[in-house]
Amino acid sequence: MSLSDAAVPLIVAGVMVYGLCHGCDVYAVFLQGAKRGLKTVLSIFPAMLAILTALAMVRASGAVDVLAHGLEPLVSPLGIPAECIPLALLRPFSGSGALSIGSDIIQHCGPDSPAGLIAAVMLGSSETSLYCIALYSAAVGIKNTRWAVWAALAGDLAAFLAAAWSVRLFLL
Amino acid sequence: MMGKIFCFLFVAALLFGGLGGRMGEVAAALPQGAGSAVQLVLSIAGTICVWSGVMEVMDQSGLTKKISRALSPVIKALFGRQGQDPEARDALSQNMAANLLGLGSAATPAGLRAAARLAQTGGRPDCDGVLRLIVLNSASLQLIPANVAAVRAAAGSAHPFAILPAVWMASAASVCAALLAAALLARVWRP
Repeated sequence: MSLSDAAVPLIVAGVMVYGLCHGCDVYAVFLQGAKRGLKTVLSIFPAMLAILTALAMVRASGAVDVLAHGLEPLVSPLGIPAECIPLALLRPFSGSGALSIGSDIIQHCGPDSPAGLIAAVMLGSSETSLYCIALYSAAVGIKNTRWAVWAALAGDLAAFLAAAWSVRLFLL
Repeated sequence: MMGKIFCFLFVAALLFGGLGGRMGEVAAALPQGAGSAVQLVLSIAGTICVWSGVMEVMDQSGLTKKISRALSPVIKALFGRQGQDPEARDALSQNMAANLLGLGSAATPAGLRAAARLAQTGGRPDCDGVLRLIVLNSASLQLIPANVAAVRAAAGSAHPFAILPAVWMASAASVCAALLAAALLARVWRP
């Protein structure tokens, strides 16, 4: 049994016991949360349909193979599979777009293949950083974000490189 | 931005399909792709809803509040003098706790409240504290990436959560790099 196997059952059981002990109607609250989850699913559905359909057509045209072959010598020294480059490029701009590209890689290359694992870890360890900066600066009224974009992109780059390395370290 | 990318994908499919003589496959990929998109969304819907339910229990039972209280030393270390202000500290730690748990809908309002307060105490909306908060929110703190695990399960992985240690390591590297870059750039790039 590994830590990652234990984490999920532990969290679920722990949260329920904690909730019950603190007078929370765990079943009703769970249902309420699940309903909210349905709203999340509905809100990502149109974008995933759009991007996954377009990607399926691009894949069928052979363009992805051409791109992957062209990028391979450039990115293989970094340890990032060429298939994951479009994901890295889109990740800062669009959350549902990145989830779609990532899902496409995970399904096409296999969830436990190097590219599939690295795509999953890249998705799990980064955020839609430019969207986040735009949201906050609009809300607070920042006209000049100075270094925020560069620091955020440095974080994204670190996430992508570390994703490739940590997958090799833990999972391959 | 997304409009250009979307358009580019269809044009690329048309051009490469035409050049490679694979127009038939490209045409067939439209209904196939749309169908498998629906299948994927349906199969990840279950996990997303279950996780959202668990997180709701976590939030309403007061566990999020407890975690955010435990985070306040971290806030003090990250935000220095501005983090001493109780109003900013509460909003910041709520924002961070919600991000750790993947409660996006709770993280943003708390984050915006923190940003407004930091802008007030820092004297300007683009002060270092606000930018540091933004950079922190643009990196991922989420401990359990349920959406990605759901996609892995849908693709037939026997251990969809096996990525957790790698995700934690990559997230930590990302947050450290972003904060380090922020600290260095803040010295040289004054308003």
